[in-house]
Amino acid sequence: MDFGIGERGQALRAEVRAFLKEHLTDELAERCHRTGVAHDDAFVRAMHEAGLLALGWPEEWGGRPCDPLGLSVVEEELSKAEAPTYGVSTTHMVARAILRCGNDRQRAEIIPRAVRGEILIVLGFTEPECGSDLAAARTRAVRDGDEWVINGSKMFTTNAHIGDYVFLLARTGTTSKHEGLTVFLVPADQPGIEAQAVRTISGERTNITYYRDARVHDDWRIGDVGGGWRVLGEALQEEHSVGFGASMLRLLEAAEGWARTARGNSGRPRITDPDVRERLGRCAAEAEVSLLLQRRAAAMAGQGVVPVAEGPMAKLFSSEALTRAAEDLFDLLGPDALRGHLSPGAPEGGRVEHALRFSLGTTIYGGTSEIQRGIIARRGLGLPR
Amino acid sequence: MDVAPSDEQRRLVESFTALFGDASPPSRVRAAEPLGFDPALWETVRSAGIVAMAVGEADGGWGAEPLDLALVAEVQGRFLAPVPIVEAQVAARLLARLRTPRAASALAAALAGERTVTMAVHPSREGVARLVPAGAVADDVLVMDGGRLLLVPSGGDHGQVENLGAMPLADLRLGPDAEVLADGPGAEAAYETALDEFLLLTAAAQVGIAARAVEIGVGYVKQRRAFGVPIGSFQSIGHALADSATAVDGARLLTYEAAWAHGTEPGRFAELAAMAFAFATETAREATYRSLHFHGGYGFTDEYDIQLYYRRARAWAAVCLEPRAAYRRAADHRYSAVRTAAPMEEQWTSA
Repeated sequence: MDFGIGERGQALRAEVRAFLKEHLTDELAERCHRTGVAHDDAFVRAMHEAGLLALGWPEEWGGRPCDPLGLSVVEEELSKAEAPTYGVSTTHMVARAILRCGNDRQRAEIIPRAVRGEILIVLGFTEPECGSDLAAARTRAVRDGDEWVINGSKMFTTNAHIGDYVFLLARTGTTSKHEGLTVFLVPADQPGIEAQAVRTISGERTNITYYRDARVHDDWRIGDVGGGWRVLGEALQEEHSVGFGASMLRLLEAAEGWARTARGNSGRPRITDPDVRERLGRCAAEAEVSLLLQRRAAAMAGQGVVPVAEGPMAKLFSSEALTRAAEDLFDLLGPDALRGHLSPGAPEGGRVEHALRFSLGTTIYGGTSEIQRGIIARRGLGLPR
Repeated sequence: MDVAPSDEQRRLVESFTALFGDASPPSRVRAAEPLGFDPALWETVRSAGIVAMAVGEADGGWGAEPLDLALVAEVQGRFLAPVPIVEAQVAARLLARLRTPRAASALAAALAGERTVTMAVHPSREGVARLVPAGAVADDVLVMDGGRLLLVPSGGDHGQVENLGAMPLADLRLGPDAEVLADGPGAEAAYETALDEFLLLTAAAQVGIAARAVEIGVGYVKQRRAFGVPIGSFQSIGHALADSATAVDGARLLTYEAAWAHGTEPGRFAELAAMAFAFATETAREATYRSLHFHGGYGFTDEYDIQLYYRRARAWAAVCLEPRAAYRRAADHRYSAVRTAAPMEEQWTSA
């Protein structure tokens, strides 16, 4: 057994940290915070120029070799710094699905541009009435000659207002719930698509999108007609090591920073207080467990094993632990915890307050905790449905 | 990162799984109660080298790594084997660390199987070492007494303290035959490291308890039917077991990371060992509670095995530290630069 990230991991980590130091400026972080948009063209271009976007892609597509464990180290650093990479992650997730399920023309058109950070692809999966039950999609695509005509609505399509394409799950048949679905890559810049802002309590801007006779050429159907559920499965399967261990470290560092400087009635730093230590100790332990579960899932993927239950375990544990830690450390700071990022004198720039807001979504998007528990119970423990 | 055991480690786990599967089935665990000690099994594992494996070759042992010891402790936890493996291993390593002639001769006696040595995990107070693990069955006990590390022959007249976990605990009065093995900062440091190791191996044993508790629970809810269906099909049951299965995997990874750090990142070992103890203990408590609860009324009858696990998950931890105190201990190591220098007696919360 070896719990280190190795020399390669250390080198990658140093490389990402150096990159972030140069390119994730205070000004950019502030802009992302104010707009709620975790995407920035210049930042993505800089990532490309630094060779970070190519990580993990096959060399024939301009990629730079990197195993899943190395990728998770990179992901940890980006996530801990709250770098604006959400657009990159959705774009690359779709590009990987196209690599597996698309045709040659689609690959040639999309993958090089995704690897260079020249396009932004957003996700049109869930709908106002679907939640985590993605196969309940009702947005309909009807064949019209060489084209498909799309009508319906999609929820939580983050970056839809600036995206180039929507990776859209649509109903094309009525045979059965799962077999009547098809996936398309729909050009976003057309009159039939409207994106309306939806604000979340973490300040993020996401969107509800409306499709009114939107059109997509059949050339941009990904996979077979009726094969959408399989394509979606391929796309989501890439999300092995999704987790929030790095977000916990960010929160922990903020609370530690506060505890070292804030003083109690005795005049001594609060970090000398046993109660403060106990809370920080628990948060540190659960952050460690989160990262271990994430890296295990990544290591399994690196060995060609699909982490069927292990991936959901990482997502479930880390998001629930982040939510608990945010509640607990918010309490720890006392009334000052209320001061938000924009309030002068907010402890640690309001990071704990922000973590409380941010943590809520993590147990919901990407499959709620209940969905993850169901997968672990049935596929991990073999419990009956 | 590679979480798979080596071939050698796999064989180690297989051999102890076979040994305890034969010699420590639940019927034998029950038969060993209330004392919680099976002399025949102790003889077997001792001749198999369970103490010798824990110390270095230069000291007459086999030089197994803490990771190997943790793997064995996990198997012990799975089978609740009623033998003082962790106690004897940690005590032997402490004797080896002292490097004095008297410690060396005590170690030699332990390795030869002539004497069973254990250690008190709390300093003595007013001349008494309280609730000494394996104190009721050991020949010698290592006790921290006011900055001096003592070797105390138990004399065989210390009766067991009746307790929740059927552990062979004893209160030990320090008599005139107690010998000073070491004193001063060196003794304190050696003892602290032994405590870290005790926490680590107890964490591993708790992982074994928790993992087995989940298996027992899953097996039961698949078979047991109510309202016309197996109760494992209810989300209220499946989801709780999924949470415990997740925590078990996390506790195992954290425990083995701590064991790995012992040799590879020694600066993090003490912190990780305390974290692993706290997290594994909370995990074992929750897993045994859930598993017992899902047995319905049968869960709290003597007849079902889950109660054996429920009681030990609590007792094996309580003899050391409550989890909250272990998180504080982890923080004390993590933030050592601003350490408050709280005396160890205050950090360890036992009476």
